[in-house]
Amino acid sequence: MEFDKILETIHMISDQNLDVRTVTMGISLLDCIDSDSDVACQKIYDKITTKAKNLVKVAEQIEMEYGIPIVNKRVSVTPISLVAGASNDRDYVKYAKTLDKAAQTLGIDFIGGFSALVQKGMTKGDEILIASLPQALTQTNLVCASVNVGSSKSGINMDAVKQMGQVIKDAAELDYMNNAKLVVFCNAVEDNPFMAGGFHGVSEPDIVINVGVSGPGVVKTALEKVKGKPLDEVAETIKQTAFKVTRMGQLVGSIAAKRLGVPFGIVDLSLAPTPAVGDSVAQILEEIGLDQVGTHGTTAALAMLNDAVKKGGIMACSHVGGLSGAFIPVSEDAGMIDAVNAGTLNLAKLEAMTAVCSVGLDMIALPGDVPAETLGAMIADEAAIGMINNKTTAVRVIPVPGKKVGDTVEFGGLLGHAPIMDYTHVSSAAMIQRGGTIPAPIHSFKN
Amino acid sequence: MKAILTVVGQDKVGIVAEVSRFLAEEQINILDISQTILDGYFTMMMAVMVPENSDVKQIATKLAELGQALKVDINLKNEEIYRAMHQL
Repeated sequence: MEFDKILETIHMISDQNLDVRTVTMGISLLDCIDSDSDVACQKIYDKITTKAKNLVKVAEQIEMEYGIPIVNKRVSVTPISLVAGASNDRDYVKYAKTLDKAAQTLGIDFIGGFSALVQKGMTKGDEILIASLPQALTQTNLVCASVNVGSSKSGINMDAVKQMGQVIKDAAELDYMNNAKLVVFCNAVEDNPFMAGGFHGVSEPDIVINVGVSGPGVVKTALEKVKGKPLDEVAETIKQTAFKVTRMGQLVGSIAAKRLGVPFGIVDLSLAPTPAVGDSVAQILEEIGLDQVGTHGTTAALAMLNDAVKKGGIMACSHVGGLSGAFIPVSEDAGMIDAVNAGTLNLAKLEAMTAVCSVGLDMIALPGDVPAETLGAMIADEAAIGMINNKTTAVRVIPVPGKKVGDTVEFGGLLGHAPIMDYTHVSSAAMIQRGGTIPAPIHSFKN
Repeated sequence: MKAILTVVGQDKVGIVAEVSRFLAEEQINILDISQTILDGYFTMMMAVMVPENSDVKQIATKLAELGQALKVDINLKNEEIYRAMHQL
């Protein structure tokens, strides 16, 4: 093999932050259901700690042999509302603590699946899980939660939207970091290896390995070589880069699955930024030709980036899944933070961007006094974008009590820091208080 | 495992000798070797066979130390990663 190709790979990993962001083991908990919650929790703990016993060890071995950083090892489980609903418990904090304990025993970074899917209505289990969220998030460290409130097929459950606005407020009052671990979805996917929104869908096999790869820096570096060229060449360069990155994910995933003796699920190629220098999606958009992300043209550039990433990734692996595209979390991206501080990027533009990228309003810090109804209205807007466009959208916003616009809040680690962003202060309360359902769109009737 | 070892840095006397001596001590067989000057830097690529039960972590640590002593970057990775990324 030629020198330049080998050196290209080495530079991608050592200088351009190419990494396997996560190896995530999906574990079904459907066989742990029991009407006695103590028995159920014991079964859950035993199953997770048995099935994922070697996850960290195998990931570390691969990391060493192949010289590829594997940043996180994670587990996703069946939505807990389905598992806990059989018990007569009045809250599910015990289940969250069980997941947390299992995660600590395994030495993994996160466990996802304290979740409920309520797009068309709520069961008793869903209601209890949602009511348990503020305490469950406060009393655990590694547990990630998500609630799916809408879908293109069934519309938007506005009662759930209203409730989630209040849940976010309540969770923030207990500890503002709680909301970094809580995602509200429309069209949630069942094989997402990324957190905080990962859970193991009911249509998945008993155990599966999913892999998330990332490398915004690799794409930016590749684009430096096509300065001033037409946008088709830019798109082609992104595709080719995405292909190489995804091939690495396919390799790591298939080796991990083989060594762990479980089926290999999907590769999720998502450009997931980190606060590190040169690991930014904003800087890719700026390399395409925007002086700063957030200005006019940002949505078009992001649409092309997201699409080219998917096209490059699709041929590179046996099954693409998860969210696959570009993430735009504000606090985790140095370029996004600069743009917010400079006044170039605001919530309205971020919302427009979420219509063409793979997630939604992500890691956005808000003043602590934001009304619950306004949070609900933000969720409704995002869910509407997802529902109409047949795509996943999500909201992970973080009201910080005591902070006001212009302040900064520190999250630490991969989550970075964020400037407190302003929102529109005109009330949406009357609409949110109506509750009910936004019916499924006309294009959902395909049978 | 079959691996690719690369050495990149300022050219000087003894790089090949030192790296080869280390590999011999670790019972790592050299299958192929080539070198060139790229952008003014000494660039060497070796295909090697690392014995199955070797402690790869320890070898990587020792190689990093050797690289520091020789003022070059030494990198050892399973060759499958290069095949996966650059060959269909």
